[in-house]
Amino acid sequence: MTVALPVSAEPATVPETPQQLGLWRRLPTKAKVGAVMMGVFILAAIIGPLLTTYDPSFQNPAPGLSLHPPDAAHLLGTTQSGQDVLSQLLVGIRLTLELALSVGVIATVLSVVVGVAAAYLGGIWDEVLSLATNVFLVIPALPLLIILLGYLPQKGQLATIVVLSGLGWPWGARLIRAQTLAIRGRDFVAASRETGEPTWRILAVEIVPNEVSLIAASFVNTVLYAIGASVALAFIGLADLTSWSLGSMLYWAQSQQALQLGAWWWFVPPGLAVALIGTALVLLNTGIDELGNPRLRKAGGAGAGAWRGLRPTDPTPVLQAAPPRRGRLASFLHSFSRSSLLDDHNGRGGTR
Amino acid sequence: MSFIVRRVIFYLVAAWVALTINFFIPRAMPGNAVQAIMAKFPNLTPSAYRALEAMLGVGHPGSIWHQYWAYLVNVSHLNFGTDVSQYPASVSSLLAQTIPWTITLVGTATVIAFAIGTALGIMAGWRRGGWLDGVLPGLMFFQAMPYFFLALILLELLAVRAHIFPIGQGYTGGLVPGWHWDFINSAVYHSLLPALTIVIASIAGWMLQMRNVMLTTIGEDYVLAAQAKGLPDHRVVWTYATRNALLPQLQGFGLALGFVVSGAIVMEIVFSYPGIGLLLLNAVTSNDYPLMQAIFLVITFAVLLANLIVDMIIVVADPRARAREGAR
Repeated sequence: MTVALPVSAEPATVPETPQQLGLWRRLPTKAKVGAVMMGVFILAAIIGPLLTTYDPSFQNPAPGLSLHPPDAAHLLGTTQSGQDVLSQLLVGIRLTLELALSVGVIATVLSVVVGVAAAYLGGIWDEVLSLATNVFLVIPALPLLIILLGYLPQKGQLATIVVLSGLGWPWGARLIRAQTLAIRGRDFVAASRETGEPTWRILAVEIVPNEVSLIAASFVNTVLYAIGASVALAFIGLADLTSWSLGSMLYWAQSQQALQLGAWWWFVPPGLAVALIGTALVLLNTGIDELGNPRLRKAGGAGAGAWRGLRPTDPTPVLQAAPPRRGRLASFLHSFSRSSLLDDHNGRGGTR
Repeated sequence: MSFIVRRVIFYLVAAWVALTINFFIPRAMPGNAVQAIMAKFPNLTPSAYRALEAMLGVGHPGSIWHQYWAYLVNVSHLNFGTDVSQYPASVSSLLAQTIPWTITLVGTATVIAFAIGTALGIMAGWRRGGWLDGVLPGLMFFQAMPYFFLALILLELLAVRAHIFPIGQGYTGGLVPGWHWDFINSAVYHSLLPALTIVIASIAGWMLQMRNVMLTTIGEDYVLAAQAKGLPDHRVVWTYATRNALLPQLQGFGLALGFVVSGAIVMEIVFSYPGIGLLLLNAVTSNDYPLMQAIFLVITFAVLLANLIVDMIIVVADPRARAREGAR
């Protein structure tokens, strides 16, 4: 691939390579719908706050502006203290997406580091890291997040990002470890090891780029988790309630009795925004799944043969790996995991 | 060592990790939690102050290991200290009042949602491209909604506007909780809408997962062989495909449980349901740290226990696992 692509000043005239075009075409409809929906929200987050005509915190004391239903001046009505709901919503989408995307990036990096390290180092390291991953998978995150944030004197955006990232990595780490185990046994990895490439280069150039679809899926999942958790935390009051996020909007709507006052325009827009962003992410993820796992699209067709090695639990193609050789301590640790149940006596892994 | 014994040990390790995190959080966080509590509740006695210091590790009475040991002993006796917002009630007594509500509601609704979702997933997986696949994106919309927001909407539509269900609370005010008809009737009636929320919010997840596992299983050679033998469809679906697809579904159930419980607990707040979620909200709004920490532990232990039960079901349901158990 040494052919230089024509790079011109007018990118629009450069024909898309067939590969790029093909990727968008090959994307299942679900993924396309999800991507477009997500694009709309990201656009709203970027330009939305610039379009607002009101300060979202400005409490308009004018008579009749408390709990005013939607009209031309206030497209989504006003809150009890006369604040414009639309302005709050646009600022809130930006803040919530900022938080969720930051958590997505940080937690995904953590899960790649843990997953790749576990699989590549192998042996006792693998078992210790897997044990930690499994423990944090099984401890419910939200109650732990609640006490962590509860003790923090300042519950700002940054604190929430740090705490959510710190607890958001195990799902991704589990998948990426399985994929890395499969890839590290491949010939091209063995070849680069033989040519004397340093370990960091093998990891960064040979292994991680081959896991891009899995990393993308786990990023999307993490963003979904971050939105859900941050909105829930703000809803129970564990956030900076002076700034406008989708969660803090819902907190104020709930604590000022929006429901009882019949002010649906106050609590429906932020909740609907969360639900639509979430739907976009779920669609995107399902689409990525289908792209990678042809079985989810058409049954037993010609293409299915290549995926026979998949265990049904794997959401994205995680290639079948020869089970790692374990030392005595490592296999002792491994025997406590749920997956040990399905190992064969002679040490062959997998369910088949 | 049998699989179940090993899993019990694993869950004990997980429980110990949770306990240890719970012990170190108040000691590692900035700020003085005890003074924050005392400022908020001036009527606490000096002995309560010292008890709080010991529990939250502020005054550093004794070495950290000494504190740690005392903490583990206390928790093992289900002694979570004295509550500060409802002083002098003990945290354990508050938990004992609220846990049955949550376990009954969340447990029942989750099992129902799992059963319906799995059944729908089987149908959607078998009849691929049928109408069930068409509803799936709609169900995903509900799945992507926070539980508490769905609760707000259902409450608005079915209770505030349509008056079909009561507006929140666990039972009609004035009734004395107990095992008599009026109370049970009222409690069931009040739990219908919260239960419906959990079912609607979580059903799509189970359905999607089961559908995907079914699709993968149906591609297996043994399903093709069963069809080639001319077995009737229902036998192929239930005995060959579903039977095998259920095991990964059960494993997924164990892992997703934490999310469902977390969502359901926040949902309780909307309904003012007298469960552990509402207690948690009160703890958060009044900086009641001992109560928050105890609730974290209780929820964690419940989820670990449920996971252990799932493991037991897997051993019973999976012939390979049973054979392994016998061989060990």
